[in-house]
Amino acid sequence: MTDYRATQERDRGQAPGAVSPAPGTGGTDASAVTPGVTTYPAAIAGGEVGGRPSSLASDAWADLRRKPLFWLSASFILLMAVVAIRPQLFTGQDPYECDLLNSVKRPSSGHWFGYDIQGCDYYTRVIYGARPSISIGILVTIMSVIIALVLGALAGYYGGWVDTLVSRSADIFLGIPFLLGAIVFLNAFERRGVWVVALALTVLGWMTLARLMRSSVIQARDMDYVSAARALGASDTRILVRHILPNAVTPLIVYATVTIGIIISAEATLSFLNVGLQLPSISWGLQIQDAQFRFESDPHLLLFPSLFLSLTVLSFMVLGDVVRDAFDPKLR
Amino acid sequence: MAPTAEAVLEIRDLVKHFPLTQGIVFKKQVGAVKAVDGVSFDLYRGETLGVVGESGCGKSTLAKLLMVLERPTAGSVHYKGQDIYKLRGKDFKAMRRNVQIILQDPYTSLNPRMTVADIVGEPFDIHPEVAPKGDRRRKVQELLEVVGLNPEHINRYPHQFSGGQRQRIGIARGLALRPEVIICDEPVSALDVSVQAQVINLLEGLQNEFNLSYIFIAHDLSVVRHIADRVAVMYLGSLVEIGTDQQIYETPTHPYTQALLSAVPVPNPVGRGERERILLSGDVPSPADPPSGCRFRTRCFKAADKCAREVPLLEVRPGSPHPSACHFAEIKPVVDTVDA
Repeated sequence: MTDYRATQERDRGQAPGAVSPAPGTGGTDASAVTPGVTTYPAAIAGGEVGGRPSSLASDAWADLRRKPLFWLSASFILLMAVVAIRPQLFTGQDPYECDLLNSVKRPSSGHWFGYDIQGCDYYTRVIYGARPSISIGILVTIMSVIIALVLGALAGYYGGWVDTLVSRSADIFLGIPFLLGAIVFLNAFERRGVWVVALALTVLGWMTLARLMRSSVIQARDMDYVSAARALGASDTRILVRHILPNAVTPLIVYATVTIGIIISAEATLSFLNVGLQLPSISWGLQIQDAQFRFESDPHLLLFPSLFLSLTVLSFMVLGDVVRDAFDPKLR
Repeated sequence: MAPTAEAVLEIRDLVKHFPLTQGIVFKKQVGAVKAVDGVSFDLYRGETLGVVGESGCGKSTLAKLLMVLERPTAGSVHYKGQDIYKLRGKDFKAMRRNVQIILQDPYTSLNPRMTVADIVGEPFDIHPEVAPKGDRRRKVQELLEVVGLNPEHINRYPHQFSGGQRQRIGIARGLALRPEVIICDEPVSALDVSVQAQVINLLEGLQNEFNLSYIFIAHDLSVVRHIADRVAVMYLGSLVEIGTDQQIYETPTHPYTQALLSAVPVPNPVGRGERERILLSGDVPSPADPPSGCRFRTRCFKAADKCAREVPLLEVRPGSPHPSACHFAEIKPVVDTVDA
């Protein structure tokens, strides 16, 4: 403390002690008037960390590591990611090697998931179906989140004509009926692969996330700590990145994890309407649509892809939930 | 510490009007809320200037203007001879270093996702010339010690502290750049009375230690009396009276100040009945449409025709040894209030 005072006076070009009443008086005053403040309730002393520097991210990780739900959901997602990237690791068979003699055979010890209507090994089909479904879900969500982060933050923070432009554009896109828009958009392409379908779903689906982001940025923008940062001389970029975004992304993260699930099922819908992925592509969506009319006779055709779809979507949602909690120090 | 006569801030005719508009596409200005309307005063080095007034009189807008969080409609604030609203780039940043703020609500003024180290250290990130990078952590710990917090709590989050401790974190952040002027916008209003006393005493101790100048905005008259060297009384966007704390509290000459002081409860039951209470009628007029002439005339017990015609200037008058904005200013010995 003495050091602090000395530098202070040096900076002002005064001799140390020239203006202060008596050396040390101020210091004793400050501590003398604060009896009881330097003693801390035992309740909050639990998180004592001493000299180690900590950050929000490292604290969040320390918190996540102790959550079984995090490990459960993360490992399932990781497993599905590996399945999506390298399906060959999980099955020795070719998904296109089918024999009509085996059509809709029930699960057996050699073929756990049975056969589909074309007589293809259903386990292999489900394993190979992970890639398009998951990559469309993740691609669309990542692209929408980037659009939402940029547009929502700019519209919410600057307001005025930027906000008008972004919000009205979002309104225009929301005015397009989802299915009609998707059919018109996708029919423009003769070959529809993962990227084309992902692009269509992003174009028609970014608005909700952007609006969500905009409103939570507006909420954070008017907080006192933003005024305090501005009074310190912080730049707009710094205020946005350090103060507003960390306090505004929570709803976005949560909704984004839900979006992955919604998008995976939207892909299935489009495939059913014959404007999504095309045969001979393999995806859970196509399989579920194929199976829906023969649920009574061949329930296994609906069961397996649906099971994988639900488990994947559920894992993303649970992961989003625990990550959100970890990044909110108030819940710790 | 006795204030020296050197002015740190010179505020001249500061005006802030918030426009009221009508229409959605073609906006038309239909009026303005005159939140601050012609405020002038000087702040001297090492002194505490208290600003008091009821809710909505423009105190907080004044604080925002002084911090350049809002830009004024007219008027100027000179810091070391330069108009702070005309500063740009480097000079503006240097001014930011020397004028800091302590905010009212310790629960919203600290970013909940930053640790104390980040919050108190942020000024050093923004003004890297103040502290070399490796030195910052030690500086933050020093600051925490200065405001009476345990320096080992540097990795905690704001919600792990009590209200009074949070306000100390806010004070540490304000002190980090070693400013010359700190604007305290109701720094103790959100705290309970025992903690108020601790924070006030801390502010006084720091003032002695670092020769700070405070503009202390509050609505609590006894708190202001305790800490302020001079007091300015605000009503509906302008100052009605300014003087030393003795002049304002013992010999007020403006009827509004007199009414305000007569409302302070007396803790002594003996003299209670003998004191005359001045009851004001009506509400504060809308700042969008203030009365002509003297703004206080609609609620004043002395109001005469002259008050509706002429705006009383804030100046020394025959009946008032210190500046008072009333045509009929005179000392009225009603008020033997607070802890005299």
